[in-house]
Amino acid sequence: MGLELGEASMVVGLDLVLVSAITSSIEHFGARFLKRIFTPNELSYCLLDPGASAMRLAARFAAKEAALKVLRFGDEAVSWQSIEVARSPGGAPAIVLHDEARARAMNRRFIGFSVSITHEAEYASAVVIGERRRNLARRIG
Amino acid sequence: MKDDIRAVLVEHGRLTRPVDTLADEADLYQAGMTSHASVNVMLALEGRLGIEFPDRMLRRSVFESVASIKAAIEELKASHPRAQP
Repeated sequence: MGLELGEASMVVGLDLVLVSAITSSIEHFGARFLKRIFTPNELSYCLLDPGASAMRLAARFAAKEAALKVLRFGDEAVSWQSIEVARSPGGAPAIVLHDEARARAMNRRFIGFSVSITHEAEYASAVVIGERRRNLARRIG
Repeated sequence: MKDDIRAVLVEHGRLTRPVDTLADEADLYQAGMTSHASVNVMLALEGRLGIEFPDRMLRRSVFESVASIKAAIEELKASHPRAQP
């Protein structure tokens, strides 16, 4: 008897953000904007360097958007904070899902994500790749 | 209330078409509103009307049109009448 693994598939999401648009949101709405969108961990890192904070926040906003494009939740409600851009020990970004985002991703058979973010003074961008198991594994033999 | 919504859309919606040319049921995303702009619209409405959109309302369809935003605000005000300014 063996275990036939399901077929894996990749889903990609890309997003581009104008850094000045994020700066404008912060100027208009301050902490309400920051706390609605970003997790405490994200804010701790991004606000550490005032000179880079807008670019870092914009890159994380782009990553959340790119992740949403991968997850394809449609019209299901999801909080922005439930999609977090964490930092691995080596400093590389990683997508961490919480609460409803995590549960729905699992329901859609996602098994892992990879994210790459970049920013310049004007623009920030992110690419997220999600791997999902297309078919459930089944016993054979 | 529609005037409040349209005023907020003018300032924060970043639409590619003039707001006053859009019908109440017109799709704001089709008119150029990004998801980031929809966040700004939501926060501006909260500040202007003294309400707070709960997580369950953070759906694309809630901010899809002037009419859908109005319906959501009316629902919020009905469930939290003291939150009105």
